[in-house]
Amino acid sequence: MKYRSLAIFLAAVVLMCSLCGCGGTTSETPAPSDEIAPSSPAAPVNEITVGIAQDLDDSLDPYQMTAAGTREVMFNVFEGLVKPDSDGNFVCAVASGANVSDDGLTYTFPLREGVVFHNGAACTADDVLYSFETCAATSVTSALVTALSAAHVSAEGNTVTVTLDAPNPDFLSYVSSVYIVPRDYADQATAPVGTGPFKYVSRSVQENVILEKNGDYYGTPASLDRVTYRIFEDNNALFTALNGGALDLVAHLTIDQVNNLTNGYKVEEGTMNLVQALYLNNAVAPFDDVRVRQALCYAVDVPAMMELTAEGHGTRVGSSMYPAFGKYFDPSLADAYPHDVEKAKELLTQAGYPDGFSFTITVPSNYGPHVDTALVLAEQLKEAGITAQVQQVDWNTWLTDVYGARNFETTVSGFDASSLTASAMLARWVSDNGKNMINYSNPDYDAAYALAQDPSLSEAEQTEQYMRCLEILSETAANVYTQDLADFVAINPALEGFTFYPLYVIDMSLLHFAA
Amino acid sequence: MKQILRKIAALIITLFLVSLLAFLAFQVIPGDPTTKLLGTEATPEARAALRSQLGLDRPVLARYFAWLAGVLRGDFGESYSYHMPVWDMLSDKLPLTGLLTGLSFLFTLLLSIPLGVLAGSIRSRALDNLFAALDQVVMSVPPFFIGMLACWLFGLVLRLFSPGAFVSYEDSWTGCLAYLVFPALSIALPRTAMTVKLLRGAIRQEMEQDYIRTARSRGGSRARQLLWHALPNALIPVITFMAVSLAEIMTASIIIEQVFTVPGIGRLLLASISNRDFPVAQAIVVLLAAWIVLVNFAADLLYQLADPRIRLR
Repeated sequence: MKYRSLAIFLAAVVLMCSLCGCGGTTSETPAPSDEIAPSSPAAPVNEITVGIAQDLDDSLDPYQMTAAGTREVMFNVFEGLVKPDSDGNFVCAVASGANVSDDGLTYTFPLREGVVFHNGAACTADDVLYSFETCAATSVTSALVTALSAAHVSAEGNTVTVTLDAPNPDFLSYVSSVYIVPRDYADQATAPVGTGPFKYVSRSVQENVILEKNGDYYGTPASLDRVTYRIFEDNNALFTALNGGALDLVAHLTIDQVNNLTNGYKVEEGTMNLVQALYLNNAVAPFDDVRVRQALCYAVDVPAMMELTAEGHGTRVGSSMYPAFGKYFDPSLADAYPHDVEKAKELLTQAGYPDGFSFTITVPSNYGPHVDTALVLAEQLKEAGITAQVQQVDWNTWLTDVYGARNFETTVSGFDASSLTASAMLARWVSDNGKNMINYSNPDYDAAYALAQDPSLSEAEQTEQYMRCLEILSETAANVYTQDLADFVAINPALEGFTFYPLYVIDMSLLHFAA
Repeated sequence: MKQILRKIAALIITLFLVSLLAFLAFQVIPGDPTTKLLGTEATPEARAALRSQLGLDRPVLARYFAWLAGVLRGDFGESYSYHMPVWDMLSDKLPLTGLLTGLSFLFTLLLSIPLGVLAGSIRSRALDNLFAALDQVVMSVPPFFIGMLACWLFGLVLRLFSPGAFVSYEDSWTGCLAYLVFPALSIALPRTAMTVKLLRGAIRQEMEQDYIRTARSRGGSRARQLLWHALPNALIPVITFMAVSLAEIMTASIIIEQVFTVPGIGRLLLASISNRDFPVAQAIVVLLAAWIVLVNFAADLLYQLADPRIRLR
């Protein structure tokens, strides 16, 4: 018996030594990068493999897609009459022009000649009418349905005319979301057909999705012949495959992963285009008291949190707007609540919580950056006497309980925009909005938002009203706003042309191998 | 014959109970399939319409029996997420998980019998203890950890394979098999260690039996005593253990599929649970249960065949 325990001990020592030894070797000799690059220019395989963290496991029908990850891929397959470019402007796609009447009520879109669907059928005005009707009737995006319900579409020859009941400055953005599909094609959910620079080839459940270059594309054709999206629902496995050189491009990496990348890939930094915040349920005590909400804002130290979780990468935001929006984004709002624990305690005392209070932060466990943020914020709040408990739930539970049923105290999460319009970010905080998850209720906000919708306003006046909305959110500390997360993309050094969009999409048609 | 009939009846009852429990469990876990399908932007009306379209507004038991009636006709329903028949999705993935299970089993068999005999024949006390300790260590490391080590060591450092660059068996059988070697080894190693321990003990025990003494007295070599006389008897418990192992290897492959990104049944199961894609999850749970029950059944039969002294009643 004595011998046996001795032997176990020895075996453990041997194992430890071998593990340490292995660790040592890697740090001394980092793998040389030139060995790993999977596609050298000498071998002209004009295709790439992209790693994605979630399967395209919803409907592929352009009006039924819900997951951001699915939209990100299918952006390459579908197009509207117009489509967004990387600067957030709308450029012509299926239409060859977009003319707006002076009263803002009539939009005319002459259709481009020679647009062909991926199934070989020519795209006609009839298909465009069908697309608008089907989208208005079946889209899962309620804002889009609302906008289309006030629009009347007709076609004459090769020109499509849309007449609105009232002017809508955001209408072009909605037009870009109405993807043009062939009339009466019934298999969009599983075999989608559009007009984009890439056509859909196949989907293998939990394995891959394959797109191929659309040879008949009317515009500048894609350079890559084929893009294979490989699905890795395990983050470690995704990273191992990237580092091993099995993938050419992976987006949405964290700073830790970037630091551990040893294969010589180039890394581009952008932002995720979302507003991360500690979202507060304004209807639940004590968060129904503005002083408590402000106290929370003073009590947290956002720059320190960003330093700890992402080495300072990311962009601070102070209201429900992220930097890619440009004209609506006011960076000064991020400084509205400097870190000040004394002030936080004072506000808490005024609100009747001199000894602080405790609450729960519910976080979706699949979003690592949100979990990290929640943990650091909870730690920071202790200084002001506030005890926060971080509760992790799975994504579907979060959607159902927190987002759907609003059954929560606080949550760390990120909101993005479904279209490039201010209302896509701001409509949700109107008191009676169905998506007002935090139960925010402020008459000034409602009034400013309603005024921004007034068709007689000039663009500058409208922008002013939206900026007012953002200020009100900040003044009343609707939420503890934190940041727009940094988005790191690792790319095979031979690949060029990667471009960040202000939307959650990756445009594969711009990528090409260096000559 | 009567005994086999009884076993089959037990099998059917087990499957019925498992499917019912799985069905009920999916009703209890929080989350709603329509949330995933319609996203965050849909109206409550659209949600309600979809619920009734999927039949989710009907009572649980009515839904269960409708599902059961479908399964008896060979219809596992349609996936909520993928809009594909569940059976098509499964038949796509089953060969892969089957291959991984088979390969793991083969490795366990090929490694554990020679190693077990070797361990059983060691006479030096110190060497024996060292062997036992090593065996204990390998046994205690979970497959997923071995898998992560293997990815790092053989994939990233030694570059014997490219982690994540999975090759579908539809494209290339050999490429697929080559990719599955390391996942299969990760599953096989702990199972091998357990089998070696069992075999080592069994050989030790047999070597002390009277018939070995007789064999020795007749002048047989030690190798002959071991391989010819002791091994066949020592293998009896090992055979049943290996048969039961088949069930556990299948379940271990669920985890290993995540580590090595093998798109098999396991990944499908986990994804369908997090998506609340109940028709898929339900079908997989029932299939796994059927596999486990069948394998245990087979183990019972094998045990009887291998050892005529045993007769099950």
